[in-house]
Amino acid sequence: MEIGAYSFGDTQRNPDGSLRSTTEAIANLFEAIKHADAQGLDYFGVGEYHTATMPASSPGAMIAAAAAATGQITLGSAASIIGTDDPVRIFQQFSIADAISGGGRVEITAGRGSSVETFPLFGHSLEEYDELYAEKLDLLMTINNATSENVTWSGTVRSALDNLAVVPRPASGKLPIWLATGGNASSSARAGQLGLPVSYGIIGGAPHRFAPLTELYRRSGAAAGHAPESLKVSVGALGFVAPTKKEALERFYPGWHNLNVEMGQLRGWPAPDKRAYLAQADAPGAYYVGSPDEVAERIAHLHGHLGHMRHFLQMDLGGIPQELLLESITLLATEVKPRVARLLAQK
Amino acid sequence: MDIGAQAHTASRGTIGILGAGRVGTAIARLAVAAGYRVKIATSKPAAENALIIEIVTPGAEAVDAAEASGSDLVVVAVPLHKYKSVNADALAGRVVVDAMNYWSVTDGDIADFEADDRSSSEVVAAHLSASRVVKSFNHIGYHEMEPDSAAPGAADRRALAIASNDAAATEQVAAFIDALGFDAVDAGNLASGRAFEPGTDVFNGRFNADELSVKLHTSLVAA
Repeated sequence: MEIGAYSFGDTQRNPDGSLRSTTEAIANLFEAIKHADAQGLDYFGVGEYHTATMPASSPGAMIAAAAAATGQITLGSAASIIGTDDPVRIFQQFSIADAISGGGRVEITAGRGSSVETFPLFGHSLEEYDELYAEKLDLLMTINNATSENVTWSGTVRSALDNLAVVPRPASGKLPIWLATGGNASSSARAGQLGLPVSYGIIGGAPHRFAPLTELYRRSGAAAGHAPESLKVSVGALGFVAPTKKEALERFYPGWHNLNVEMGQLRGWPAPDKRAYLAQADAPGAYYVGSPDEVAERIAHLHGHLGHMRHFLQMDLGGIPQELLLESITLLATEVKPRVARLLAQK
Repeated sequence: MDIGAQAHTASRGTIGILGAGRVGTAIARLAVAAGYRVKIATSKPAAENALIIEIVTPGAEAVDAAEASGSDLVVVAVPLHKYKSVNADALAGRVVVDAMNYWSVTDGDIADFEADDRSSSEVVAAHLSASRVVKSFNHIGYHEMEPDSAAPGAADRRALAIASNDAAATEQVAAFIDALGFDAVDAGNLASGRAFEPGTDVFNGRFNADELSVKLHTSLVAA
């Protein structure tokens, strides 16, 4: 089982609560990825997000830099919002990062995005939401599956490619392309039909409730003739690791609170409720917050339901102090990962 | 299916669900568990949904939209920006539950709803002009429906609000809500549905019947 982290970037806060610079947030993220690589974490994902509190707006740029500064870790977007981006550009950025990584360490995760701010930002109409996503995924796969530099494609949401070169090609011929979903059944079926690995973003509720979706994914893939080993499942969730559960809960809460205050102001929610936080942070809740033993136990337990091959956590929310993030990364790589391996070997 | 189960479904009647997203499938699972015959349809042919329905809502049937629309009660749970793709003629005379929300901060602006001060269900009802439209199920999260479902009389049972201009339809949907595991609280006519749309206390919270009645009353008096 691969163990990893993901981030949208996390802007630090001053003691009075005001936001520090987004420049610092990107520098912190870069440091966190290098630290994760050095500690032996398997995967780091950079999620496309476009707010002052979470400014990792361009995963391709971040991952190209990280590819040059790391040695073993797999790097990917988590996710790239493909409906409002250009698949040609995404492919080019990630295949360049792949070349810089030495080859074989860079992946793309294609997602719809959980909010709609990329539509006005990049000049797209929400009315085309479904068509943009479907066609651009098709174009991205067409480029990736091409047997030469020259690609031919046509659709309705952007101009056609008539035997045009899209370079460079990835070192191993293709980049892994994952499909991100929050749990809509048709997305799981679609990932299976396309034979793409699927990444579940689980941010609330009991994660084992995704078990029927993984079954749907695998059976849809089998029905379309895809080999079982190509049908991989990963899970991204919120979480935090500290020496004890008490410390983990205390360290993660202020940032969780800040994030929920911000989302509440935007979406008309009431003030965040600490009881809801604590409920999600206990089994079978969605947050993997605890000591290395507790987090490892819960990841291994979920594996019994979903059979996933990678579990990765978003740990930097709401201005969490950088040194606490780095310690959580260390514990995830050096304490949680070997415990998960032992627990799974016992089954 | 055994004979006993068939007798049971016959006594409960048939529920049609338009939309196999997270809301539609959660309602479908509760309805199957309550003993209804459940038919689910999307804009795709039934055969394309068969595997999804078999695995995600076992016991329900994948059908075409026309067949689902002929059910005793029809729940509409499609993405709101596609509401006009629902065939109004097929739903003429039917009791239709509108489980959708207009929530522009998460889903973006939709012109028909942005330009209209009425509740989103009144806009939907204008499209489904020959149907008996009831607003409900919109103020509970899809991931809360099954964990919060409880038997009648259970302590602190969660309640769902209903709004409709048709008293008999309200009664029918209230019985459906009760069978699925919630108390039903009548908020009044369809315009009163504003009291439990996004941004309201009711939308944001979790309430039993007494608490919900107070919240709805306070909101509607203030408006």
